[in-house]
Amino acid sequence: MHSWPACMLRLYVGLMCVWLLAPIVIVVILAFSGDGYLRFPPTSLSLQWFERFFGNLQWQRALLSSLIIGAIACIVSTTIGFFGAYAFLRTEFRGKKLLLSLMLTPVIVPSIITAIAMYYFAGRLGLIGDFLWLGLCHSVVAMPIVLLILLSALHAVDPNLERAALGLGASRVRVFWRIVMPIVLPGLLSAALFAFLASFDELLISLFLAGVHAQTLPVRIWNSLNLQVEPTIAAVSAFLIAVTTLILAAEAVLRPRLGQRRGRL
Amino acid sequence: MQAMTSMVATPEPVSGTTSSAPRDRTLLLMLPSLAMLIFLFLVPLALFFVHTFMEFDGTTAEFIEQARDLLLSQAYLTALGTTNWISLIVTATVLLIGYPIAYYLTTAAGIGVSVVVLSIVLPYFTSIIVRTFSWMVLLGEHGLVNDVLLAMGLTKAPLSLMYNRLGVLIGMSYVLLPYMVLTLYAAMRSIDPLLLRAAAGLGAGGFYTFRRVYFPLSLPGVLSGALIVYILSIGFFITPALMGGQHDIMIAMLIDRALEVAVDWPSAALMSATLLLVTLALYAIYYRITDIRRLIGAR
Repeated sequence: MHSWPACMLRLYVGLMCVWLLAPIVIVVILAFSGDGYLRFPPTSLSLQWFERFFGNLQWQRALLSSLIIGAIACIVSTTIGFFGAYAFLRTEFRGKKLLLSLMLTPVIVPSIITAIAMYYFAGRLGLIGDFLWLGLCHSVVAMPIVLLILLSALHAVDPNLERAALGLGASRVRVFWRIVMPIVLPGLLSAALFAFLASFDELLISLFLAGVHAQTLPVRIWNSLNLQVEPTIAAVSAFLIAVTTLILAAEAVLRPRLGQRRGRL
Repeated sequence: MQAMTSMVATPEPVSGTTSSAPRDRTLLLMLPSLAMLIFLFLVPLALFFVHTFMEFDGTTAEFIEQARDLLLSQAYLTALGTTNWISLIVTATVLLIGYPIAYYLTTAAGIGVSVVVLSIVLPYFTSIIVRTFSWMVLLGEHGLVNDVLLAMGLTKAPLSLMYNRLGVLIGMSYVLLPYMVLTLYAAMRSIDPLLLRAAAGLGAGGFYTFRRVYFPLSLPGVLSGALIVYILSIGFFITPALMGGQHDIMIAMLIDRALEVAVDWPSAALMSATLLLVTLALYAIYYRITDIRRLIGAR
């Protein structure tokens, strides 16, 4: 079992895991640095950069914008995507696969093009800097993720269960709430979490559409990075990493409850 | 499962008539998502291209001439070359790095797999700007990588690892590796392990089995992984913009500059159109060879 190619493989994979995690771990450590500049390893530890982050009015505003826009994108894309995924799985029509591939294009089209096109459109409508509009635009990019997660979650709902309930006289709405919803709820929550994350991390669309009022955290990081690399960004990054980690952890808790398990990643 | 059966076992009084709602009513549920896709994505894209080209003051002949000048300009051709070159190298790098990792994931079990999955998924879902920032800190003149190299005596002076091609390649490979691993993993999982055992039983050595059985069977995954990484690479903006130098202008950056610096909408639209066409053409190939539901390494 432990032949030398197998050992080499494990060693290699171990090294790659270090390579993959190191940048993230190092940024988190740097966020707690007590030094005046970014240097690893830090000579002392402090919370000074977090104080600067949470104490600064502009960063606070950016955080609030990110949260509001993320919430809009999350609610809109999850709701709309849920109906879409359900209709998708329960109907047969020609060109279904083609339509799905069209609905997934927002993740394929280079974000710079999407961002510019949305900027052009929003500019015409006078909606630059509008929170709701930016949230809706983020929903477009979050939608493919929601669709893919929910298509897989809804797969666990046996259509025969729905047919049986309908046959027994339950109304469509009742079947939906009593049969479909309980089974897909974990998948729905997981889709909502990833939709929020997609919006929370999105940079280019926000960069073009945010104007002065709706600047999100990634936009402010971008602006700071183009000026100078200041340590506060490490604290903001650590915060974003913490949010990602929490969401992944929540999803890991939800996953075992996701209907029939398909034992994938 | 029990919860489901108990739910079905407490029926409403049977009404007699089976209400088989017409299928097209279910199809109506798709309208909101379609409407959103059309009005917030396709229409803005169409307007951006159509308006920009229509608002061009000049004759069609002048437009074609300007378009030709732009697409044959030194800046555009250089960016085109740079973009393809960087994308090719990144795709190859990520494939070479990712293949053994995906292979490990399909063969190993237990805690090892959890660690690898975490190492792939955590960066995958971390904001690109955060990941790029991390590498900027690591690769800087006084960054950790240079510190280690200096301390080990491997180099006398700090190396320039960033604001050049190398920085772009490192940053982009890091960002795109998860896509490759997840795609490869999805394909490799469907390889029947019995085939490998059969090969071994027939006397084939480990490497021979890999070369003649496993690797050929994993090729569809390799192809779709390479395609998706290449598709994402050619449109990359954030990482090359932050980590590249003057000679690493990719198409996406040129498009951005046309707008930000020159406020030249026609040029931006024209370059976007070419980039979009190439992207969609590659996506069409991807669509042919892959289960589209596996896009972005979905579960």
